[in-house]
Amino acid sequence: MSMIHKTATEMAQALADKSITAVELTKQHLDRIAAVDGDVHAFLHVDTEGALAQAAESDAKRAAGETRSVLEGIPLALKDVLTQKGVPTTCGSKMLEGWRPPYDSTVVSKLKNAGVVILGKTNMDEFAMGSSTENSAYGPTHNPWALDRIPGGSGGGSAAALAAFEAPLAIGTDTGGSIRQPAAVTGTVGVKPTYGGVSRFGLVAFSSSLDQAGPCARTVLDTALLHEAIAGYDERDSTSINAPVPNVVAAAKRQEVKGMKIGVIKELMGDGFQKGVLDSFKQSLDLLQEQGAEIVEVSCPSFDYGIAAYYLIAPSEASSNLARFDSMRYGIRVGDDGQRGAEEVMSATREVGFGKEVKRRIILGTYALSSGYYDAYYGSAQKVRTLIKRDFESAFNLADVLVSPSTPTTAFKIGERANDPLAMYLADITTIPVNMAGIGGMSLPSGLSADDGLPVGFQIMSPAMQDDRMYRVGGTLEAALNDKLGKPVWAQAPELVVK
Amino acid sequence: MAAISREEVAHLARLSRIEMTPDELDHLASEMQLILGAVARVQEVAAADIPPTSHALPMTNVFREDVTKPSLSPEDALSGAPAREEDRFKVPQILGDAE
Amino acid sequence: MALNYDQAVSKYEPTLGLEVHVELNTNSKMFCSCSTVFGAEPNTQTCPVCLGMPGALPVVNAKAIESSILIGLALNCSIAPYSRFARKNYFYPDMPKNFQTSQYDEPICVDGYLDVEIETDEGPKTFRVDIERVHMEEDTGKSLHVGGATGRIHGAEYSLLDYNRAGIPLVEIVTRIVPGTGKYAPAVARAYVTELRDILRSLGVSDVKMEQGSLRCDANVSLAPIGSGKLGTRSETKNVNSLRSVERAVAGEIVRQANRLEAGERIVQETRHFLEESGETRPGRSKETAEDYRYFPEPDLVPVAPDAKWIEELRATLPEKPSTRRKRLQEAWGVSDNEMASMVNAELLDTVEATIALGAEPARARGWWLGEISRLANEKEVHPTSLITAEQVAEVIALIANGELTDKLARGVVEGVIAGEGSPREVIDKRGLKVVSDDGALMTAIEAAIAAQPDTAERIRGGNIPAAGALIGAVMKATGGQADAAKVRELLLKHLGQG
Ligand SMILES: [Mg+2]
Ligand SMILES: [Zn+2]
Repeated sequence: MSMIHKTATEMAQALADKSITAVELTKQHLDRIAAVDGDVHAFLHVDTEGALAQAAESDAKRAAGETRSVLEGIPLALKDVLTQKGVPTTCGSKMLEGWRPPYDSTVVSKLKNAGVVILGKTNMDEFAMGSSTENSAYGPTHNPWALDRIPGGSGGGSAAALAAFEAPLAIGTDTGGSIRQPAAVTGTVGVKPTYGGVSRFGLVAFSSSLDQAGPCARTVLDTALLHEAIAGYDERDSTSINAPVPNVVAAAKRQEVKGMKIGVIKELMGDGFQKGVLDSFKQSLDLLQEQGAEIVEVSCPSFDYGIAAYYLIAPSEASSNLARFDSMRYGIRVGDDGQRGAEEVMSATREVGFGKEVKRRIILGTYALSSGYYDAYYGSAQKVRTLIKRDFESAFNLADVLVSPSTPTTAFKIGERANDPLAMYLADITTIPVNMAGIGGMSLPSGLSADDGLPVGFQIMSPAMQDDRMYRVGGTLEAALNDKLGKPVWAQAPELVVK
Repeated sequence: MAAISREEVAHLARLSRIEMTPDELDHLASEMQLILGAVARVQEVAAADIPPTSHALPMTNVFREDVTKPSLSPEDALSGAPAREEDRFKVPQILGDAE
Repeated sequence: MALNYDQAVSKYEPTLGLEVHVELNTNSKMFCSCSTVFGAEPNTQTCPVCLGMPGALPVVNAKAIESSILIGLALNCSIAPYSRFARKNYFYPDMPKNFQTSQYDEPICVDGYLDVEIETDEGPKTFRVDIERVHMEEDTGKSLHVGGATGRIHGAEYSLLDYNRAGIPLVEIVTRIVPGTGKYAPAVARAYVTELRDILRSLGVSDVKMEQGSLRCDANVSLAPIGSGKLGTRSETKNVNSLRSVERAVAGEIVRQANRLEAGERIVQETRHFLEESGETRPGRSKETAEDYRYFPEPDLVPVAPDAKWIEELRATLPEKPSTRRKRLQEAWGVSDNEMASMVNAELLDTVEATIALGAEPARARGWWLGEISRLANEKEVHPTSLITAEQVAEVIALIANGELTDKLARGVVEGVIAGEGSPREVIDKRGLKVVSDDGALMTAIEAAIAAQPDTAERIRGGNIPAAGALIGAVMKATGGQADAAKVRELLLKHLGQG
C-alpha cells in the first residue's frame, strides 16, 4: 500500500511495525517523483542509487536493532544549496553545473547520522535569490496546487516536493523568508530556527548574517522531528549557538496554549494584503483565543523599513560571498582561449554563469559597500536592523509569541512579477524582520483563501533560542484547524495527473 | 537621489568582475535607479545615535584549538578544477600584481 | 647630473613607514585545521575552508589570537577590548574567496612603539618608531607562472596554483610615519626590522625567516625638501626579503625620488618592487582602476573580546626584551658588538647561552659553536643545533679545560658525536682520543726526540729556549697528536735542565 500521502510520523510508525521497509518507502517516493516531477519540477537531481543504498543500510540497521533516530528510513528532499559529498550541488545556478562537493554539510551529516534517506536535491532560485523559484537556471518549479503558479522561493522545490507528496520531509534555507513563504503558498509547514540554531557549515552562503537552514514538512510535529535531527551546536560554524536545543518535539505535541499571550503585529496586516489571506488569519486568531490564548496587538513601526534594509544587507553580503565563483578552482569556466588573462576569464565566466537577478544583486551590493556610499546604504541598513531588533524586544515584552500572515498574498502566477523586481521583493515583507533580528519563525497552513482556493500561511515568531514556543502555538493551531476543517490543508491538495 | 549613470554601473561591473554588454549596462542602470530609490529609505531613520547591528545575536570569542586535522586529498581538492596540471590548479595568465 | 645618495639626503628629508607581515608558526591555519608545515607537496594542505569552497566557514585559531596579543604587548601596544575581522574584497586567483579575511578599523592591538638604536656620526642614537596597529589576517596561495620569461608573472602563458599557504595566519605590524631620520632612514629601517625580528623570535610566535617569506617587509618612503615641513607623496616597495635589502631598498627609493623631484617630476603613489641585483625598485603593474576594497564586518565570525585577565596572563609570560638581554649577556661574557652580532645572526645566542650555563667558558662556547660546529653545519646545510647539543659541547669544553683533551683531539670528538658515534666519552673511547698524559710514555718519546736531534738539545741546554719547539713538534708527531703540548714542553725543559 502506498504510504506517500501519510505524515512522516505515520511512516516512522509503519517502519517500526515492519509493515513497510525503508527501501519500499523510498521506492514509493522515487516512483512518485518519476510520475509527477515532470509537471512540478521540484527536483534538480534525483539520487536514486544513493537513496536506495541509504534505505538498504537503514533496513539493515533496523534489523540489527540499531535504529539511529525516530526518522530512521524516512525519505527527505534536500534544497540544492547544501553540500552533499559526491552529489551534484548547483544552487540553481549554471555557475556550479557539474560540481560535486568533496564534503558533507553539517546538516547532511546529521541527517545521515539520523538514518534519514536523502532522495535528491531540490530546485531553488539561483543562490537563493528570489521568492518564486523562477530564478533557477534550470527552469521554474510549479506549485502543485495550481501548476501555473509559483511555489514560492527561494525554496520552492522543497515546498513543492512536500505538497506533491514526493517527500514527507524537506530541508530549506531562509534568508528573508525562503522557507516560510514557500510553505505558505504550498500549504505546508516551514520553520526558520533561531539564527545559529542549525549549523550553516556547508550551506552555500547568500547572506551570511541572515541565512538559516531549517526543517520543512506537512505537519508541525514532523517539522519538529526534523528540527531536532538537524539542530545543535557545530564547532565548524562560529555563529552556531553553543546551548541545548529547545525541546521542540515536546512543544509540538503539547497542543495547549492556555494563558499564552499572542501578539498580532499591526504593521503586518494592512494595505496590500489579500482579503482571503486576512480572513484566514483572523479565523486562526479566533481559534487560538478559543483555546485560551490572549490576543494582544503590538506595534513594530520599524518593520516598514525592513525590505529596504534587507535589500541592502543581503546583496552586500552576497556580493562578497559570491566573489569566489571565479572559475579558478571549481565550477564552469568560460572564454579560456589561452590568450585571455585570468581577470577576463573570470569576468566572462561570471557574465555567463550568473543569472539576471544574481547580477542585479551583486551590482547593488557592490554599490552599497563601495567607498562613499557605505554609510548611507550598508551602514544605514545595519542601523535599521538595530531598530527592528528593538521593536521585537518591546513586542516580546508584551507577548510570548508574535503572529502575522506568512505572506501578503497567495501564490501568484508564474511570470507575473518576473520583470518587476520591486513587486517581487514585496512578497517577503512579512518574513524579513525575523531574519533581521535572528529570531525563530514558522509558517503553517491556516486554510484556503476564500477568493482563490489557494493555501494561506500563518506565521508565528518566537524570541531567539525559544523556538519551542512557536511549535507549541503551531501544534495547537494545527489541531484546532484540523478539527474545524475536517482534514488537514495539505490533504486537500489536488491530485496531480499521474503519468 | 542622484541618477546612477551607465558609467557607474560599468565601474561596479568591473569591480565585481562581470563582463556586461552595453545593453545590459543600460538596462541595469535604470533598474538600479529604481531599486536604490526604494532602498534609500533606510536613511530616513538611521540616526547617528543608533548603533549598527551586524550580528543578530551578540556573541564573542569563538575560537578553536590550534590542532591540525586531516586535509582533503589533492584528488578531492582538485576534483572540481576546470583545469589542472598535476596537483596544481591551472588558471589563465595572471596580469597585474597581488596585494 | 644625477644625484647620489649623499646629495639626495642633503636636499631632501625622507619620511619612512614600514609594514611588516609575519607568518605565525601555529600548527594549523588561521581559520581551518590544515597544517602549516612549509614545503609540503602542492595542495596537500587544503580543505573546503582554505580553498574557499562554497558552504565552507572559518573558525578562528585561538593560538593565533594569543600570538597577536603577545606581539602587541611586546611592542608596547594597547590590546583592544573588542576587535573584529572584516572582509577586504578584491579579486585575485591566489586568494580563494576573492576576499581576504583581515582586520580593518577594529584591529586587535593599537598605539605601541619600538625603540631602535643605530650608530650615527655622533655615536649611538635611539629612534622611537611608533606602531599604529597590529592586526590579524590570512596569507594567500602561491602561483607558479609558466611560459614566457622564466617564472615571471609578465608574459607567462598560464599560472599554476598551490593553496597550501592560503590561510596561514599573518600578523601585520604597521608603523606610523617615522619622521626626522634624515640620512639615517635606511639604517633606521634596517634596525627596526632587525629588532622586530628578534622580538618575534624571542616570543616564539614566528620562524621569522625572511628568505622563506615568513617575515616580509613593505617600505613606504616619501621625500620633501629639507625644512619644508611638508610630507611628500609616498611609494610602497613590496616584499623586501632580507635585512640588507630593507636598507638598500629605502636608500634606492630616496635616490630615485630625489632625482625625479630634481627633474621637476611628480612622485606617483604606487607599489614598487625591489630588484635584488641592482638595488633599485621598479613600478608594479598598476591596475586599471583604483581598488575599492569594500570592507565590511566579516559576518561569518564573531568579535574578539579578550578579557583583562587573559591579557595579564599573557603579559606575565613575556620574555626579556632581546636588546636588553643582548646588552646583559654582552657585558657578562665580555664580547664585542661584532661577536654578539655574529651569534645573533647565526641564531646561536640561545645555544651559546645554554652552553655557558652548563659551565663552559664564554669564549670557548662561542668559539666552538661559531667555529668548528658552524663549519660542519655549513657543509651539511643544516643549522648547527641539529648536529650536536649544548650539553655535549659543554662536556667537550670541560674535558679540554681539565686537560683530558687537546683542541685538536676535541675536534675529533665533536666530529665523532656528529657522526653519531655516541656521547663525547664514547667517542673518546672508540676513537682512542685520550691525551697521552702518562709521564713515562712521554719521557720515552722525549728521549727519542733528543737522540734524533742532539744538536737542538744542546742548544736548549745552552739556554736557547725557543729551539724547544722543534723537539716538542717531534714528540707530538710521535704521539699522534695525543700529547698535551704544554706538558711535553714542561717535561722536556726539565729534562734538559731548563725547568
Ligand atoms: Mg594586509
Ligand atoms: Zn584548510
